[in-house]
Amino acid sequence: MSPLRRFLRAPEAVAGAILLSALMAMALSASLLFPSDPQAIAGPALLPPFQDWSLPLGTDRLGRDVLAELFHGARTSLAVGLAAAAASLAIGAVVGTLAGFAGGLVDEVLMRITDAFQTVPGFLLALAFVSVVGPSLGAVVIAIALGTWTGPARIARAEVLSIRERDYVASARAIGMHPLEIAFREVLPNALPPVLAMSSVIVAAAILTEAALSFLGLGDPNRVTWGGMIAEGRTVLRTAPFLSIVPGMALVLTVLGVYLAGEGIVETTAVRRGLS
Amino acid sequence: MAWPQPGFVMTRALTLIRRRLVGSIFVLLIVVIGTFLLLEAAPGDAVDAYIVSTGGDAGMIELLRHRWGLDQSELTRLANYLWALLHLDLGQSVTFSRPIRDVILERLPNTLLLMVSATALSFGLGSALGIYAGARPGSFRDRFLSIGSLALYAVPGFWLGLVLIVIFAVDLRWLPIGGIETLASDKTGRDRAVDIAVHLVLPVSALGFIYLALYLRMMRAGMAEAWRQDFVLAARARGLSRRRIVLSHIARNALLPLVTMLGLQSAQMLGGSVVIESVFSVPGLGRLAQEAVSARDTPLLLGIILTSAVLVILINLLVDIAYAFLDPRVGAGEAGA
Repeated sequence: MSPLRRFLRAPEAVAGAILLSALMAMALSASLLFPSDPQAIAGPALLPPFQDWSLPLGTDRLGRDVLAELFHGARTSLAVGLAAAAASLAIGAVVGTLAGFAGGLVDEVLMRITDAFQTVPGFLLALAFVSVVGPSLGAVVIAIALGTWTGPARIARAEVLSIRERDYVASARAIGMHPLEIAFREVLPNALPPVLAMSSVIVAAAILTEAALSFLGLGDPNRVTWGGMIAEGRTVLRTAPFLSIVPGMALVLTVLGVYLAGEGIVETTAVRRGLS
Repeated sequence: MAWPQPGFVMTRALTLIRRRLVGSIFVLLIVVIGTFLLLEAAPGDAVDAYIVSTGGDAGMIELLRHRWGLDQSELTRLANYLWALLHLDLGQSVTFSRPIRDVILERLPNTLLLMVSATALSFGLGSALGIYAGARPGSFRDRFLSIGSLALYAVPGFWLGLVLIVIFAVDLRWLPIGGIETLASDKTGRDRAVDIAVHLVLPVSALGFIYLALYLRMMRAGMAEAWRQDFVLAARARGLSRRRIVLSHIARNALLPLVTMLGLQSAQMLGGSVVIESVFSVPGLGRLAQEAVSARDTPLLLGIILTSAVLVILINLLVDIAYAFLDPRVGAGEAGA
């Protein structure tokens, strides 16, 4: 049975894939379906959902179209989630490979730095970083990566430690390859699978952290974010709770989709590896 | 299982503490220097922040920079900061016009109370539900709890907090909407404790329920693993009841990794409490961090980050010691590495 068919047989994995496809469809169609600025006023303020079919989910405190904001917010969440996870995995893989392959003092120093990053609460670090650099999409991405790269680094290091004594590494040494070239061209690619298995957890954590930063007003002010929408809705929580609840539901479904699909992929590939 | 001699465990715990503390000093030093340099890069300094709030001319700015030592080089200031730190001096907060140490110590108990309660909730309920699910792997309740906990894990804590506020504080009016206690109520003793507990119900739930899922899933996974072990087979062969096997053999073995998780989780929980404290207006360390960010009070933010790092190190040390007592197989050598 091919991994794809095995994936399709797990109901959780399929549910995750459907949720993620819906999210991607939202993100990709955002500017087609809602070409005007989602932060512009579209109607009367605080219009409840399902009243006016040109504004299906109603409007927020400033009269902005909630559905349009939701679609554009999907873009930000997805972009930040993927970019931050990619950055985090890349930093982690490089640091872990260097530490594990070099050993000795380099390993010691890099691992103490990893310890230091794990000691500071990631969210506080992200808060400090964004407040220093200023709120922009790039700053948020780096801020999140700074708090999440340590997990991948530790896993990459452990994997490299088990790989570096293998025959093909020894033969690369024997033909006089530069150690850095061995580390990054021979060892790193082989150490990647368990690191990549963490991606779904990191993407999910990145999406949640981005939402929390935006909620505290540290997101990119020029972009619609679900966290920012929740914070906006919070000011009218008593009279219009749906303004906070709807974007929160979108966040929950997105993160759940990432988890489910991620677990599905890891399980199907793990089974395949077990069989071969 | 024979328990080790108390004296032996004590010696081992002491060795462990010593090793950990030495390692921690290096880690803390990296944290201090790294955070100091990061916050140095921020545009504007404490004087700018001060002048914005009070007003003042160029001469005043010059004078303040000199008085606060901000006209010195970065390296000198870092050295001064480290020297002051040795005397537990975190400097002066511009926004509060008070020593940063005092401001932090004032807020710390609220955060600790929130964290300890939330940890107790997530660890206690999470492991109990994990045992319940893992007692019958593959059953309906097992699958239900697995999926339910995954869904819970996907919920942003601050949003859960807002939903709880809408339900329990706005609609039902059962619980207060925020704060740590009723203001100007001059309650004392037990009344005050009850008042604080009532105020903490929602923030603790919002923070605790998110991490509950983690412990539940770990416990469940650990139990699924333990079912396949030889000692379970042996226990079954001895004719022990299923209940006895689950509780005193399987759950007990699956519990140990959760204790480690408790330490690893502490940094995340501190980070999570930043947002939760802001949602529920709890005057704790996390909300202080947010105030420091919006007031551009970098020395205060630096102090908060350092305090959190020390807190995380201490919690992990406690967890390691607890671990040494719980699992007699762990030697100080292994745990210290």
